[in-house]
Amino acid sequence: MQKLKNNWLKFCGEVLILVALFTVVQYAITAGLLNQYYQINLTSMVINIILAVSLNLINGFTGQLSLGHAGFMAVGAYSAVIMTEMLMQPFAIGLLAACLAAAIAGFIIGVPTLRLKGDYLAIATLAFGEIIRVVLQNIDYVNGPAGVVGISKLTTWPLLFGAMILTILVVVNLINSSYGRAIVSVREDEVAAELMGINTTRYKVIAFVIGAMFAGLAGALYAHFFYIIKPETFNFLKSFDILVMVVLGGLGSTTGAIIAAMFITVLTAALQSFPAIRMILYALILIIVMIYRPQGLMGTKELSRETFGRIWGGRK
Amino acid sequence: MLEFVQQLVNGLSLGAIYALIALGYTMVYGIIMLINFAHGDIMMVGAFVGFYSITLFGTNIVVAMIFAMLACAVLGVVIEKVAYRPLRKSTRIAALITAIGMSLFLEYMTIFLLGPQQKVFPHTAFPLKEYHAMGLLITNKDIFIIVSAIVLMIILQYIIKMTRTGKAMRAVSVDQEAAVLMGISVDKTISITFAIGSALAAAAGVMVGVYYNTINPLMGIIPGLKAFVAAVLGGIGIIPGAMVGGFVMGILETFVSGYGSSLYRDAVAFGVLILILLIKPTGLLGKNTGEKV
Repeated sequence: MQKLKNNWLKFCGEVLILVALFTVVQYAITAGLLNQYYQINLTSMVINIILAVSLNLINGFTGQLSLGHAGFMAVGAYSAVIMTEMLMQPFAIGLLAACLAAAIAGFIIGVPTLRLKGDYLAIATLAFGEIIRVVLQNIDYVNGPAGVVGISKLTTWPLLFGAMILTILVVVNLINSSYGRAIVSVREDEVAAELMGINTTRYKVIAFVIGAMFAGLAGALYAHFFYIIKPETFNFLKSFDILVMVVLGGLGSTTGAIIAAMFITVLTAALQSFPAIRMILYALILIIVMIYRPQGLMGTKELSRETFGRIWGGRK
Repeated sequence: MLEFVQQLVNGLSLGAIYALIALGYTMVYGIIMLINFAHGDIMMVGAFVGFYSITLFGTNIVVAMIFAMLACAVLGVVIEKVAYRPLRKSTRIAALITAIGMSLFLEYMTIFLLGPQQKVFPHTAFPLKEYHAMGLLITNKDIFIIVSAIVLMIILQYIIKMTRTGKAMRAVSVDQEAAVLMGISVDKTISITFAIGSALAAAAGVMVGVYYNTINPLMGIIPGLKAFVAAVLGGIGIIPGAMVGGFVMGILETFVSGYGSSLYRDAVAFGVLILILLIKPTGLLGKNTGEKV
């Protein structure tokens, strides 16, 4: 009974913090305290969080290295834009279409490739990501390599915030469910998991499809904020960007992915005028983290109230 | 029919380049099971070394190629020592992520130092001559590329089959622990493998410069990926496989851009990769081993 009450209190606390965060930013935007520059970076930050958390589900929790995340983002972005700009549907339909299309793409790509292991899987997903990009370049309906310009700006702060919370909620709850335990067992030891009667392929595909779906959502939000999408935007360097966030934050830590996504966004914004240095830093992050802390900064640990409790002298 | 043979000739020189890069991939994979993602970028560095040795020191193309090969052999050994050796005992995923990091590092370090613009490979170093034989157009570029690639491949075969070092390389790739027990220095053998593979990539880099006339810091990515596909196609870890795979990829690519859409050229390479991985992951010349993928 006590535990239930504690959980209830914890839940209320979390909701309060989130509502406060949302309201403060919403007020700052409507009151004009955040200029264009900050709004753009805030949007990139939220989109990066969605991408990092969803890729972490595949790379971190399931342990299947995917290098094609930008491809799913592209599928989502283009599906949403086709719905809103070409077929004149409301944005809600566009978002749904983006999720659906990316999930279907994830399924089609995941079922055959997830039979592969380790580095072969990585290369196959990279190849599929690039194939998506090349195919988009050859579709005249979406202007080929030139991309779509003049997408109306429909992505708003409440939508971004909602999408981010939805992504985190789904991933965290999935990982804490029996599905999640099966998924993590695939990462820990695939043979042992199989012996315990877990259909490993099924769980890998589930994780892959959900990850792809949220990448599609992020793509749709991206397209309707940044005015223009080109196939070139979603090349494998974009996938590497997301990979850097996941690796830095910790393979298998949602809070780690969130913190790393925020850090990388700020770093990107700070180094905007020195793109080469930014990429050199990314490269060094990948190499140094892998050599000295291959599980990422947070490892599989999560940042929670308990962590802060320990830091603040053990208060419960 | 004539056009077909012409495409074949064009494909052969492209294929020779891919084959040389693929050899490095396959040698490294054969010995430490690592997809050296930075291999294409070593090729890029080789192209730049060749470019500067021609423009700054006025060497001819052959000397430039030798310079590039020496420089990249050293680079390959250093990369292995700094980035890959500490990870030899860790998971293959960790090593792959490091290799991706190394690839980005080489690309953007070059951009940082030399700027992102593409550079035109000097024409004076290689005056173009065209030969017409039986209605076919053959340039001295094609001849240069194919001949030097074949010479390098023969030298490689000699090193691997006839010398003690080659024997050590084969031994380490079959069974590392047994090789250690036989008194082979594994570290040294791996270093030599990286040196040879990177030198071949550097030669390919200079050839790419001759073939396409321009070089830029990101030029290594796509040929690198295609050469990787070639290595997988021939059976990764198998040296003749890389040669066969390289030529097949080169010819396939010229046919696709010759007869189909050149925009789909890159997609075809990746499509081949996926088909091979799904149907016969051991590659064309691969033997069926129990757990390969």
